[in-house]
Amino acid sequence: MDLDDTPEQAAHRTRVRAWLEEHKGEAPILSGEGAITDEAEIVSARRAWQGKLAEAGLAGVTWPKEYGGQGLGPIEQVVCNQEIAKAGVPGILDAIGVGMLGPTLIAHGSEEQKGRYLGPMLHGDEVWCQLFSEPAAGSDLAAVQTRARRQEDGSWRLSGQKVWTTNAQFSSYGLLLARTDPEQHKHKGLTMFVLPMDAPGVTVRGLRQISGEAEFNEVFLDDVELDADAVVGGVGNGWGTALTTLMFERVTIGLGGEGLGFNSLRFTKAIASDEHGRQDPEVRKELGEIVSELLAVRFTGYRTLTALQKGQIPGPEAGLAKVTIVNGAIKAGDLIADVLGPDALDEDSEWAYMISFLPGLKSAGGTEEILRNTIGERVLGLPPEPRLDKGIPFSELRSKEGAAA
Amino acid sequence: MNLALSDEQVFLREAARGALSRFKTLEAAREALDGEDKALPELWPTACEAGWPGLLIDEAHGGAGLDAFDAMLVLGECGRVLAPVALLGHLPATAILGASPAGAGLLEPLATGARRAAYLPAMPPNDLVDGWCVDPKHGSARPAAPQAKDDGKGGLLVSGTLAFVPDAPGADVLVGVALLDTPQGGTPLDGVQAGGRPVGVAIESSASGVSIEDVHRYDATRSLGHVTLSDAPATLLDTPVEALAGAWHLTQALIAAESLGSVETALEMSVAYAKERHTFGRAIGSYQAVKHALTEVLRQLENGRSLLYYAGWSRHGAPAEFPLAASAARSVAGRALDQGARTMISVHGGIGATWEHDAPLYFRRAQLSRRLVGGTGAATDRVAGELIAQAEAA
Repeated sequence: MDLDDTPEQAAHRTRVRAWLEEHKGEAPILSGEGAITDEAEIVSARRAWQGKLAEAGLAGVTWPKEYGGQGLGPIEQVVCNQEIAKAGVPGILDAIGVGMLGPTLIAHGSEEQKGRYLGPMLHGDEVWCQLFSEPAAGSDLAAVQTRARRQEDGSWRLSGQKVWTTNAQFSSYGLLLARTDPEQHKHKGLTMFVLPMDAPGVTVRGLRQISGEAEFNEVFLDDVELDADAVVGGVGNGWGTALTTLMFERVTIGLGGEGLGFNSLRFTKAIASDEHGRQDPEVRKELGEIVSELLAVRFTGYRTLTALQKGQIPGPEAGLAKVTIVNGAIKAGDLIADVLGPDALDEDSEWAYMISFLPGLKSAGGTEEILRNTIGERVLGLPPEPRLDKGIPFSELRSKEGAAA
Repeated sequence: MNLALSDEQVFLREAARGALSRFKTLEAAREALDGEDKALPELWPTACEAGWPGLLIDEAHGGAGLDAFDAMLVLGECGRVLAPVALLGHLPATAILGASPAGAGLLEPLATGARRAAYLPAMPPNDLVDGWCVDPKHGSARPAAPQAKDDGKGGLLVSGTLAFVPDAPGADVLVGVALLDTPQGGTPLDGVQAGGRPVGVAIESSASGVSIEDVHRYDATRSLGHVTLSDAPATLLDTPVEALAGAWHLTQALIAAESLGSVETALEMSVAYAKERHTFGRAIGSYQAVKHALTEVLRQLENGRSLLYYAGWSRHGAPAEFPLAASAARSVAGRALDQGARTMISVHGGIGATWEHDAPLYFRRAQLSRRLVGGTGAATDRVAGELIAQAEAA
């Protein structure tokens, strides 16, 4: 049992560190003195920086070499992430594309799709977004209603609405899950598409949240036309393709839990800055409990990495780490506000945004309740909840739901 | 990076499970609560046969030369079946002796288990308590660690009282910390209190001035003793003060491991019952309320497990972090144990609260364990203290 680099990993780390040392002056400054504030400027600077990271082999480390990656393991990617964090420079802009959607295309895309999309995605020339969730299909993702109808010439017409779409406002493409056959059972009539975000009929609208900022978007599809070759992984196979993306999402979380910025040292600094609070046994008890759990998640990440290194795929239990991180950060924000008082909620406080952001994050990637159901069933082997949607066509589901109510 | 069990560690764990499965530890635990003094199985011979007493003693002194994580695996197996093996007292004591050339002579019979040691737990100073202190008999005020003075013949005389010392009854030698009244400056760990500088001591339990009162408590499987020392003759150990503190932290990690073993069983039994018991025409495990309660136990168990890895790795991989890692493990494991035991009772319904059921045995283990050797609370406070120190240094 050890946390040490192998000689190869150590050499890799040295190379990465040397590159960052030489080039960190080229990284965009996003906070503090000299920070860029204009939204569009930030995006273009971060895209350019992603291109440099990719060129140097610090992004897409696990991607095969033929698609511009390094063909290395998850540990080497983590080494890059660690060194990037240590250098105090931003990581890649399109973590969703490179971390989740690219690997999905690599697994399920056609040769033409891989050749066309992967390079520009990796280099930040074309940013991607994930068009899965809908207003009535989040945790129950297979309930998506966005409808894709095949035309006589083989092309498709899409109508519907997506939501919680990060980066949609500056994305070139989206990976979109749509229903192609409502007469099939809900998991079977789904198909994955590549959607050019500038296609006629696509409207992107920012979705403001508690903080007042729009971290996500809504994406409206109004009779959008797509060519036959926009299908990824075959018609009717959308659910299997989506599961691949969700698996990579878990890997991403497992590899970078602390990358969310919910760092126990940062929380502790805030508490310790208050002379009285830091000596209050009640505050210390709360802080100790929060920090213990967040530390645990760091080592759960290392366990996940060990499993990945051995070729095992992390299961839904990796989702428990997300529950711990989010709830730990919620408790930390609450404690910090208790100790610092209403100042912590001021707009210019570094905590106000986090405190506002976390209630929504509880449902990101599936609500905590559904995650606990999945883990109870898949990991503990508990019997499933009774459900109405088994073995009937999607088109009949609504009337059955109505009858049961 | 490799944070997985080695083949040898898997074997060690399986062998421990197999060895302990030969005893009806749970039945015995219940009978012992009913006052059947002889009900508890004599497990020390089994421990000796398996080589557990020498786990942390180096091979030159007859031990296995393994590390804290291996010991945690064995303690986890003991916790699974509430097996009363006197390792919680013995292993930290051997760690103190092993770190002292003067103590090395005592190690060989302790490695084979021919003699048994018990650690006298003394908590190293923290942010809120200035000096070394011990668990109180009553209440929350913690008395100072025992005092030592020169006996004029090259040895020491130690006086003091330590309450609820694990595995003290029947131990041959007591090993711990005393405050020697020769004033001497030093680092914050070294003699911060008026009482003197902390030194390691080894005391034969048969010596004059030693009295060990056997304490039967809420959890009959837990052997505890109130130790009173009145000018008890002691051997002065030259254990570095870091290793004296290390014994405390090691005990925290061992209790964490043992607790998580108990949580494993509590969760397994609860899940099995939730699959077979039906109400309103459904297995109760299909109800979200029950399912979520059980996944919460799993979440806390997995967090605790990750921290055991942290503690196991850091003891040699990053010694400065060991106090944090071991304390965090104890903190999370303590809450997991309480949650696991309470969930086991509620999932089983009323039957889970009856004398004949095994759930109350785990519940009793949870309630008593969380209050021993500083309690979960002291461990949690140390986590806060360690992080505050890190935050200041950063």
